[in-house]
Amino acid sequence: MANFNIDDTVDITDVVCPTTFVKAKVALEELDDGQILSVKMNDGEPVQNVPRSIKEEGHQILKLIDNEDGTYNLIVKKVGD
Amino acid sequence: MAFTNEQLERYSRHIILKEVGSKGQKKLLDSSVLIIGAGGLGAPAAMYLAASGVGTIGIADADEVDLSNLQRQIIHSTNDVGKAKVLSAKETMEAMNPDVTVNTYRTFVSSDNIMDLIKDYDFIIDGTDNFPAKFLINDACVMAKKPFSHAGIIRFKGQLMTYVPGQGPCYRCVFKNPPPKDAVPTCKQAGVIGAMGGVIGSLQAMEAIKYILGIGDLLTGYLLTYDAINMEFHKIKLPTYTHNCAVCGDNPTITELIDYEQAECDGVL
Repeated sequence: MANFNIDDTVDITDVVCPTTFVKAKVALEELDDGQILSVKMNDGEPVQNVPRSIKEEGHQILKLIDNEDGTYNLIVKKVGD
Repeated sequence: MAFTNEQLERYSRHIILKEVGSKGQKKLLDSSVLIIGAGGLGAPAAMYLAASGVGTIGIADADEVDLSNLQRQIIHSTNDVGKAKVLSAKETMEAMNPDVTVNTYRTFVSSDNIMDLIKDYDFIIDGTDNFPAKFLINDACVMAKKPFSHAGIIRFKGQLMTYVPGQGPCYRCVFKNPPPKDAVPTCKQAGVIGAMGGVIGSLQAMEAIKYILGIGDLLTGYLLTYDAINMEFHKIKLPTYTHNCAVCGDNPTITELIDYEQAECDGVL
């Protein structure tokens, strides 16, 4: 994560689908074009679906980091405002 | 204002929509809609607006719930018979969504109270059942520059149109004056199919929501009619030339609100 200038973080490990994506989407809506969000999510369904949904919204996935504790950090660059 | 996890979940199907998003949902939560009439049209309109998270909903009606209302006025239940309609409606909406503040006005609208009733609301829904109220709401909204949704239902037919100041004709542009009393069927003569209020009242709620969100095309400049028997919708383009309208025209002759005389039982609209 040290490689990125993270502007905001959101933890979606406390909610389930589809609120996982909704919570990430809301966090992205608060950012400006080009800012970077780190999304902490659980392994399994969130990792399979949330990055894909964020990509479909037009944002840029920079990296998915395995925290090796059953969670991941998805680094997303917001595209558009 | 940040959303709670409960709110994210409650409004998730809204927030997922590109046209709504979290910003649109916040607009809804910050908005206010006044529903005049807690009957066949007002019931579904109020329920969808409450469920959608419209933050402040006003509801005006002087009547009590009658057993004969329940076939179409789905905001009221059997246990509510005899209760003030505005109170019954408030209880249903608050049970649906604790985010909503419901203001009740146990009164019929008249020239004395309508300007005060509408002044704090972003959008008005006409869910009334008589022509004097419909013309009064139109004239008041034109004078106060408030957008509103007109609708009427009878038998197997329904109609609606949306007025936004400066964006098309008002109700009076189209219908001029209330019809003569003997031309209007009474409640007992007419009847109305229960689900008609659901179709048309829900369309009114949709117009209010689109207006608040600022999305899509509203039903301004058009009259939408629905004939359930023949399963026909018609979107009729209205004349855009409204300069000679008695209330919204260039030289209005109606400058004060009118309380038209109301027939004993004016229809089931």
